[in-house]
Amino acid sequence: MRALLDKLRGLTSPDSGADRVVPPTGFTARLTVFTSAAMAFLTIFALALSLASGRLATSWGDELARESTIRISAPAGQMAAQTAAALRVLEQTPGVASARALTPEEQQALLEPWFGPDLPVQTLPIPQLISVIESDEGYDSEGLRLRLSAEVPGAVLDEHTRWRRPLMVAAGRLRLLGWVSILLIGAATGAMVTLAANSALAANRQVITVLRLVGATDGYIAGAFVRRFTLRTLLGAGVGTLVGLLAVLLMPGDSGAGGFLTGLRFEGWHWLLPLLVPPLAAVVAYLATQMAARRVLGGLA
Amino acid sequence: MIELENVAYSYGSDALLTDMSLQLAPGAFHFLTGPSGAGKTTFLKLCYGALRPTEGRIRLFDQDLAQMGRDDVAFARRRIGVVHQDCQFLDHLPLAENIALPLTVSGQASPEQVDNLNELMSWVGLTDKYDALPPELSGGERQRAALARALILSPDVILADEPTGNVDWEMSQRLLRLLVELNKMGKTVMIATHDLMLIRAAKSLVSARNLRIANRTLQAAGVDL
Repeated sequence: MRALLDKLRGLTSPDSGADRVVPPTGFTARLTVFTSAAMAFLTIFALALSLASGRLATSWGDELARESTIRISAPAGQMAAQTAAALRVLEQTPGVASARALTPEEQQALLEPWFGPDLPVQTLPIPQLISVIESDEGYDSEGLRLRLSAEVPGAVLDEHTRWRRPLMVAAGRLRLLGWVSILLIGAATGAMVTLAANSALAANRQVITVLRLVGATDGYIAGAFVRRFTLRTLLGAGVGTLVGLLAVLLMPGDSGAGGFLTGLRFEGWHWLLPLLVPPLAAVVAYLATQMAARRVLGGLA
Repeated sequence: MIELENVAYSYGSDALLTDMSLQLAPGAFHFLTGPSGAGKTTFLKLCYGALRPTEGRIRLFDQDLAQMGRDDVAFARRRIGVVHQDCQFLDHLPLAENIALPLTVSGQASPEQVDNLNELMSWVGLTDKYDALPPELSGGERQRAALARALILSPDVILADEPTGNVDWEMSQRLLRLLVELNKMGKTVMIATHDLMLIRAAKSLVSARNLRIANRTLQAAGVDL
């Protein structure tokens, strides 16, 4: 732990000597900062995508596990009787925690996105919906379906499974894709820093020869490069994260409509997660440059 | 200080140096001569651990080079001042920072050392070149700067490879006098050169041993100076 703290102190404390022995490389420096910024920006979006997918999958999963619907299509004169019969059946069914018929206002609200707010629900032959909440042990859907077909001929049990499960699987995969993207971005950042560090080390071979001639250890020489690339990556990732956060902030928040594209913003403590991106990028750069420097310096021995 | 025992060095399958033995004692002054390509630079590199022998044993300050890691060699090198014939510098740093480089890399940069730096630059006659960049210096100035850099850590041994190769006679005499003066201060000095005039000039200044590399091995070259 103490060694780690010493390394962090070495990276952050001003050491003009070690900084100055390696000549400034303007183009490589700008390229590293720009690429780190771009990678951090993409990471923020991948993170937002992954977290939003996670929320969606969780939400759909919870609903899928607990809720189902019974739809009653019957002539207007039989609708109330069949609804009452269905509710009676549900009351007697083990595994059903609660069941209730949706009010006309609730049914209107469900149809509002398609037909607008002024739909006269009462005048239309719209099926009556019954919302069923399962208890923890769940009910026997096949048995319920058979009983409903015998006692309530107009009733159809919809467990939501048919349409929700593929969506939930898709949301889960999207979340996985987001995390895989973040890992790939991290690996790409490491590869980019390694290439840039290799290039800088190769371009400064003469500098390394002189430093060795005057008694510099490999740790000192590597440190000069590692410090430079780590700080550049930290700077770039910081800028990229800031821009990424602003972009996510400009996205519409969760409107309650349950739409995926309207829920891409971070929620609650998730806003803190992007703050990890710059230090993690710096750690990746530190390790990548350290390995590149050790390999190159070992080869020059 | 530096001991070579039956040392051989080969580039690939070509043997460049064979069966070389030498003990560099404190306060000794050696000339290392031999025709161009005989292996003088390689011999010096072996002496400061820049190359590892293909055979034999080298000891740097009582440590076996074969057992020393790269950091150990770096620490040993701080006790050996090296003046290269091509005087390698960091071209982006001012001369004063180049000369102070051994202090910087060894973490010894301090106000006292800055005083030493000023004194050293004055001693080699480069006070007015404090902020000059290495490419702006003449051959003689670069040689003197390389000598100053080699001396900044007050090393026990000074190894100079053709230190007068790029300078005129007057400057080579001045550099020689600087090295002789250092030797009289107790430093061990070894100069690789093919400049016989320089060796003759040293005769009146110091008691030196002349070693010659020929036929891939090290021989005493006639009478010591």
